[in-house]
Formats: sequence, structure tokens, C-alpha cells
Amino acid sequence: MAISNATLAGLTRTQLLEMHYMMSLLRRFEEKSAEEYTRGKIGGFMHLYIGQEAVGVGSITNLLPEDRVLSSYREHGHAILKGMEPRVVMAELFGKSTGCSKGKGGSMHMWSNELGVYGGNGIVAAQLPMAAGLAFAAQYQGLNNVTMCFFGDGAVDEGAFHESLNLASLWKLPVVYMCENNQYSMGMAVAKAWAVDSLMPRAAAYNMPGEQVDGMDVIAVYEAALRAVERARNGEGPTLLEIKTYRFRGHSMTDPAYYRTREEEHEWRNTRDPIGIFEKRLQEQGIATQAEFDQNDARATQVAEDAADFAENSPDPAPAELFTGVMVDNSTALSFRRERE
Amino acid sequence: MRTITYRDALREAIREEMLRDERVFILGEDIAGYGGTYAVSKGLFEEFGEKRVRDTPLAEEVITGAAIGAALGGLRPILELMTVNFSLLASDQIINSAAKFHYMFGGQPQIPLVIRMPGGGGAQRGAQHSQMLETMYAHVPGLKVVTPATPYDVKGMLKSAVRDPNPVLFIEHELLYNIKGDVPDEGVEYTVPLDRGEVKRAGQHITIITFSRMLHVTMQAAEDLAKEGIDAEVIDLRCIRPIDIDLLVDSVKKTNRVVIAEEGWKYYGTGQGLAALIYEFAFDYLDAPIQHVHGADVPMPYSKSLERLAMPNKDAIVKAAKAIVPAVLAHT
Repeated sequence: MAISNATLAGLTRTQLLEMHYMMSLLRRFEEKSAEEYTRGKIGGFMHLYIGQEAVGVGSITNLLPEDRVLSSYREHGHAILKGMEPRVVMAELFGKSTGCSKGKGGSMHMWSNELGVYGGNGIVAAQLPMAAGLAFAAQYQGLNNVTMCFFGDGAVDEGAFHESLNLASLWKLPVVYMCENNQYSMGMAVAKAWAVDSLMPRAAAYNMPGEQVDGMDVIAVYEAALRAVERARNGEGPTLLEIKTYRFRGHSMTDPAYYRTREEEHEWRNTRDPIGIFEKRLQEQGIATQAEFDQNDARATQVAEDAADFAENSPDPAPAELFTGVMVDNSTALSFRRERE
Repeated sequence: MRTITYRDALREAIREEMLRDERVFILGEDIAGYGGTYAVSKGLFEEFGEKRVRDTPLAEEVITGAAIGAALGGLRPILELMTVNFSLLASDQIINSAAKFHYMFGGQPQIPLVIRMPGGGGAQRGAQHSQMLETMYAHVPGLKVVTPATPYDVKGMLKSAVRDPNPVLFIEHELLYNIKGDVPDEGVEYTVPLDRGEVKRAGQHITIITFSRMLHVTMQAAEDLAKEGIDAEVIDLRCIRPIDIDLLVDSVKKTNRVVIAEEGWKYYGTGQGLAALIYEFAFDYLDAPIQHVHGADVPMPYSKSLERLAMPNKDAIVKAAKAIVPAVLAHT
């Protein structure tokens, strides 16, 4: 049944279907990553985005090419949503020379100057101060771009969170702070770590607007992020969004998740899957059909497969890369400068 | 040429770079209205205004991270941290972000950032305000660490640091701000490279390698040694990452003897690192073991008498030199 020009939240049918495709792509991409990890093709720490797709898709849909995204180590999805080719992300996971960071970064370290993908940080909350600085640079240069900074609920416990919100508010910086509250910082439940039960008092403490959002509802995320992005773009300063979500997998690939019950996980997966929720809504409102969802999913699966093939068939970094790029000017890469033998 | 203070030379460099390049701005705690803890930025707020001379909250981690972000966003920040001691609160951003990004992200991001911070003891500021921590940062790949000791060098090196595409830790010393030295007239453009040491006094009997404030102590020691017939060559490293190893090896080939004089602690520090490099590259030219003059291995005491004992001084350098220069050589 093909569908009208019905809209949702001001988004066209084409846009909504694209959002559905991106959610499917992130899901399939991460499933493929997990598979390749267990095959030993991917090393180190790897943190999957499965379950949190509505957060990235709902928010980054609002951004322009010149806007910037900073993130934590759970950032494969953010990079892809900001325009990075899944192939390039997967190649980075494989540590290949065709990866976005030439295989030197890995799962936690995606970057692209052109796309405004500004990392991938392995240090919890490190991106919050840098996001303030990037937003300051835009303000200083009279540019109209917005900086969007993703972090988890664990980052809220760090001093950098508090220092950054204070500075962003004080200087009225065009930044959107997106807390993806997936309810566990590794194994630590939010209720055991926060002295408050929501981020709203914390937004208030730094004199900035805050909203709590259902992170399993991509449209709710979209609408909240839209308000925040517009505020930033209009020079009205920063916003703190607390997006309540749930990761369906462990903290990282090596986490058996003993700190929560299987029942809790099943409950979320079976009744709160953001893709399922979105599909139901699109169908109920007569905007899209199951056949279209299936088509999107097949395409997403294909793209994830292709990304893995590309990564598999890409070359390792050349040995000379080891000492390349420590400094911008490679002459001073070592601890001592020696020109003569 | 004129004679101006280290502080004024620094301020001139900042001001000239701000006039030259709109992207250059300064930020830090109390640098605007107050004029800087050591009065380095005095007058700049009045001249350039709030946009380019930014007071920040007292929050080293975020201001350092924000300076990195500003650099990533196309600006050329000069961040003043009140002292090197406080940089420990910013060390995550310095070591995990600034030093890593260019390499870790495959050569894409550039962080043209200067972080100025004074360190050092000698003013009875006690254990938490008297440290030389440059050696900790010099350990880390991805950073440049410089320690200018004269008004001429500090001006020329700050200009180089601002124009450098890498993060540069610019380590000053709290007791250097008032020292005076020759600096070219204002408007006479010059820079000093960030990877070259300099022979500050040529000599033939022994090489004394030093940096930062200890350069001035070493120059006095060299005068004393001269009176006893020992002709010392004094090398100011100026930068401790990277180390200008060729300059050191050339000198050792000539003198065959080395004293290293630094204010910091003994173990795992710049002095021991230098000694290892010299043993590696110039072992065959050494006629005596390298001597190391350094700060006492204690947290800095407050009491004036104890602090004096903790700081390396001229006499210690003279003694170290005499220990390895045979009397027969001293009068040749």
C-alpha cells in the first residue's frame, strides 16, 4: 500500500524512510562488527550501538554538513550518520590503511575533517571540553555551525562534564550536549552513581535549558534535538538533552553483563526496540509499509556485508606508517632530533 | 637592540602575533582584567578586547580541552595556565587529547596550540607551587616542550610556537620574568626555532648542559670556573622535546666531559634522559662519567634555609665540573 504525503514532525515520507534505513543500517553494521570481532578480525575494545539507534538518527538528522559531531567510544553510528562510509568505518575497525584514521585509531577513534566527525574518545567525558572549544571557534569566527556532543551517563560523573556545561553556558556557546543515558556506565547503574534522578537539576545548575527525552522514540529525539540545534544556531546558547535509552548488548564485546538481569534485557528488546517502535508508528499512520521496511533492512544488510568485504580486502598500514604523523612536521617526531649519523 | 625583561619580551611576542594573525587569541585564569598572575598579559585586554583576551573560570581541564577544541576549529589559542603545578588538572587533555589526536586519527586533525605555564622553585612557595614538571610532558610523543631562558629566546620561541602546527608546551620559570636581556627593537621580526639548542658560552674543557632558569646559574658557575682555569662550554637546550642531540654530540667531541645541570628531580628526568642519549651517541668521546646536578629529591620545603638546600646552585655546578676536569687540563 503506497502512501500519501503524510508527514510526521514535519518530516516528509522520504525523510522518514531514510531515517528508518539509517536505523537499520546502524543495527546491521553493528551486528556485522560483532560477528567480525568474534572471528578475530577486530581487536581491542569495541562498544556497540545496538539499541541506541534512535538517539543518533533522531539527532544527527538535524545537522548540516558544516556542523560538528564529537562522541565517546560508542561512536560508529555517529560517524556513519554524519556521512562516513560504512566501509571506511569497518576498515578502521579492522585496523586497515583504508580506515578513516588509517588503522591507527580503531573502534574508539573515528575522524573526518571534511564530514565534521571530530572523534571518538576513549577517555570518558574528554569530548565535552573540546566541544565547547569547537563551538567557541565557530562563535569567534562568526560561523553559523553547531557542535553536537554525545556522551554516556558515566561522563556525567566526571568533572569535565560540570566544567564544560558551566563554560558553555557562561560563554553562550552554540553546542548541544547529548547525554545518551543507557542506564549503565559499564556495570554501574545510574541510580548508584547519580545523586539526582535526572539531568534536569544539572541543566538548571548551569543555567541552560534541558529536556528529558524518550530515546527509543526517534521522532521524540528528532524534535528535542531540533529545538536544541535551533537554539544553538540562533545564538541562544547551549542545551543539555538527557536521552533515555538502553544498550541491548554489553558495555563492550567482552562484557557478560552480570550486573543486570536477562529479564530486564528481554523486556527492553521485546517491547522497546527503537526500530520496532518506529516501524509500528509509520505503519499505524499509514506512512510506510512492511515491504518498505524489509527493503531497507535488506539494503542495510548488504551495505554491512560490503563494508566487511572491503575491510577484509584492504591492505594493512605500511610499516613506514609507524613513525608517520606523530607531529604535523615529521622532522620532530622523535624525542630527539638527529640529522647526522 | 634594547634591554627588556623576559616578561615584556613575552608580552611583545603575544601582542605581535595577535596583530599579525586574527586567529590568535589568549585565554586563561585572570589574564584579562587582572593582567595575568605574573602580569604577562597586562594591557592586552585593553588593546584587544574580550573577544581575543578571555578570562576563564578556574577550571584547568575544561579550559585546556576548550583550547584544543578551538585549535581544531581553526583558531590559534595561547592558553595560560597559572602554573605548571595546576597543569596536572589539565594533564588528561594535554596527554590524552593534544598529544594523541594527530597520530591517532591518521594525521587529520592539527592542534596548533600553545600552553604557557611557569614552573620552578626559589620563591618560598612550598611543595605544591615549586615543581619542575616539564620532564613529565617531555616523555610523551606528540608534544613539543620548550623552556626558553632569556628575553631574546622567549620572544622568538613564542612566535615560533604560535605559528607551529603542533601543540607546544611553553614552560616558563617564575623567577625569570624580571630578568633582563637584549632583544631586537620592536617591529624587527625574528623567530627562534623550537628544536635547536644554543651554545651560550663557548669553551674547551667541559660541556655544561642546562635549560630554563638554571642557564643563568650555570653562566655564573662558568665565570667562577674560568677564574680557576677551567673553560666551560655552556649549552642551553631551549627545548627538551625534541632534544637537539647533534649540538650536544659536537660539544662532547670537543670537550670530552659533561655536566648536566637542572632544577628538577634526579630520577627518570630530563638530565638522566640526556645522559643516556650522550652515552648512546658519544660514549667513545667521553673521558669521564657524566655529572648530574639537580634538585634535591624531596617535595620542596617552605623554610628559606631548607629551600636553599633543595635548589641546585652555582657551587654545586662548579664542584661537579672540577670533579671531572683534571687539574693538569685546567691550565692548558
